[in-house]
Amino acid sequence: MSIWHRIFDFSDYSALLPLVQNSLIAGIVLGVLCGLISTFVMMRDLPFAVHGISELSFAGASAALLGGVSVVLGSIGGSLIAAAIIGVLGIRARERNSVIGVLMPFGLGLGVLFLSLYNGRSGNKFGLLLGQVVAVDTVHLGYIIWTAAIVIVALAVLWRPLTFASTDPEAAAARGVPVRLLSPVFMLLLGVTVAVSIPVVGALLILSIVCTPAAAAMRITASPAVVPLLSVVFATISTTGGILLSLGADGLPPTPYITTISFAIYAICRTAGAVRARRGWARRRDVAVTAPVPDLG
Amino acid sequence: MTDPILELRDAALGYGNRTLWSHLNLSVGPGEFLAVLGANGSGKTSLLQTILGLQRLTSGEVLVGGQPARRGSELIGYVPQQRRIDPQTPLRARDVVGQGIDGHRWGIGRPSRARRAQLDAALASVGASAYADLPVGVLSGGEQQRIRMAQALAADPQLLLCDEALLSLDLNHQAAVTALVDRRRRTAGTAIVFVSHEINPILPYVDRVLYLAGGRFRIGTVEEVMTSETLSALYGMQVEVLHSHGRIVVAGIPDVHVHSHDHDEVSLS
Repeated sequence: MSIWHRIFDFSDYSALLPLVQNSLIAGIVLGVLCGLISTFVMMRDLPFAVHGISELSFAGASAALLGGVSVVLGSIGGSLIAAAIIGVLGIRARERNSVIGVLMPFGLGLGVLFLSLYNGRSGNKFGLLLGQVVAVDTVHLGYIIWTAAIVIVALAVLWRPLTFASTDPEAAAARGVPVRLLSPVFMLLLGVTVAVSIPVVGALLILSIVCTPAAAAMRITASPAVVPLLSVVFATISTTGGILLSLGADGLPPTPYITTISFAIYAICRTAGAVRARRGWARRRDVAVTAPVPDLG
Repeated sequence: MTDPILELRDAALGYGNRTLWSHLNLSVGPGEFLAVLGANGSGKTSLLQTILGLQRLTSGEVLVGGQPARRGSELIGYVPQQRRIDPQTPLRARDVVGQGIDGHRWGIGRPSRARRAQLDAALASVGASAYADLPVGVLSGGEQQRIRMAQALAADPQLLLCDEALLSLDLNHQAAVTALVDRRRRTAGTAIVFVSHEINPILPYVDRVLYLAGGRFRIGTVEEVMTSETLSALYGMQVEVLHSHGRIVVAGIPDVHVHSHDHDEVSLS
């Protein structure tokens, strides 16, 4: 069997589809959740923080695996600790990056230790790092749905002040937005989002649905309403598309499909944005080109 | 005389055992243009922070519209220091202005015809209608500063605070931005507090100057404050103030390195 045929195989597809029903629901919910949070991750310049949180979350999840308790709860624990540390110690960008740089290898190292001590199925070991979408059980799906509901409602409430504080903290503070409070609150929301996503997409690959979708959307639009919408669409296409494509391919995990679709979308958006910029995204309406500076005394 | 919009009573501000200024009494009325000048680290920006309710005075009172200063006062518009907006910021110029109207409110917000009309008016008032729908990150520094001005004015404030609003703008844009500020106070009676390290761009419009230096201050008209005697007394050393062709050149000010953010030397030329 050729490699290509191993990667794309759709025989017995209708028989396989019901098996991944849970995964597909998880994929859609995570697509919506991560697509939304991704908008703020990009606006606040936090991709590196996501990486830092996910490594500690991985440590928590592997500790839970070793201890025989729920992996999702372990993952949430680790990620909340990371989010709290980054939120409290890393107010300024430079400090934040160094805190994350220190936490990341520590978390990864702990995770490797716990996994090495663990004697269970080896599939679980790599699953935490690289994702195991097919293994979403009903309990885990419940966590995902509840977390998504809470985080999405919180984001909806915080939407305008969080946008203001993320794009112009000084003006926002002057207008009475609690800028300093919003920072750790957002970290908390980001932390639980990362935590429930990790057992599905993996600690190392989480950025493909928490960073890439909004990064792609921001290449082709600057509308604050369209960016989150596109971001949600991109993230959901990546997760569900990845699950569906991997279904037929025996033994191959969905993660590479998810990351590749996500990357392809980014590449397309980046190209489209570059073409548009060359044609003059920045072109003013005709009045501006001809009219002099309007009467300024 | 009408009630002052901004009032400071025996105000003092300091950090630790260092006093930036004290016994400051100041009252700014509707339509008045007050320039706040002085060395870096003399407490110009801190003064704005106390008016915004973001910082407490060591002693004394700040009143805005007769009430003690508080965070998020609807009476105040604020234009922060000029700096480039990130090119990837997912906001159009009109969205930035919209933040001045309801960016601080909870929830997602709904578009409405009234809000759109208010936005269009704010954009037109600063001459930014032509680039209202462009991403704010692709605009020039001068255009971005007009957008910030529109944001600060969108909620119709009675007091406009500008913190080094002209920094790194070329002369044309400096003139355009200061003319906008002047027109606003003439048409709407908005009081202006304009923090700057350069007086010349705003010289035609300034009613009074608050000059902060060396823990001291002086309030008065340009003619009263911008003299060799006054500035020499403030700095405690010989400073020359030259008037030439409608410009003021100050020579002999010591370099101040305390709390300096953007400029290592004080330039008033």
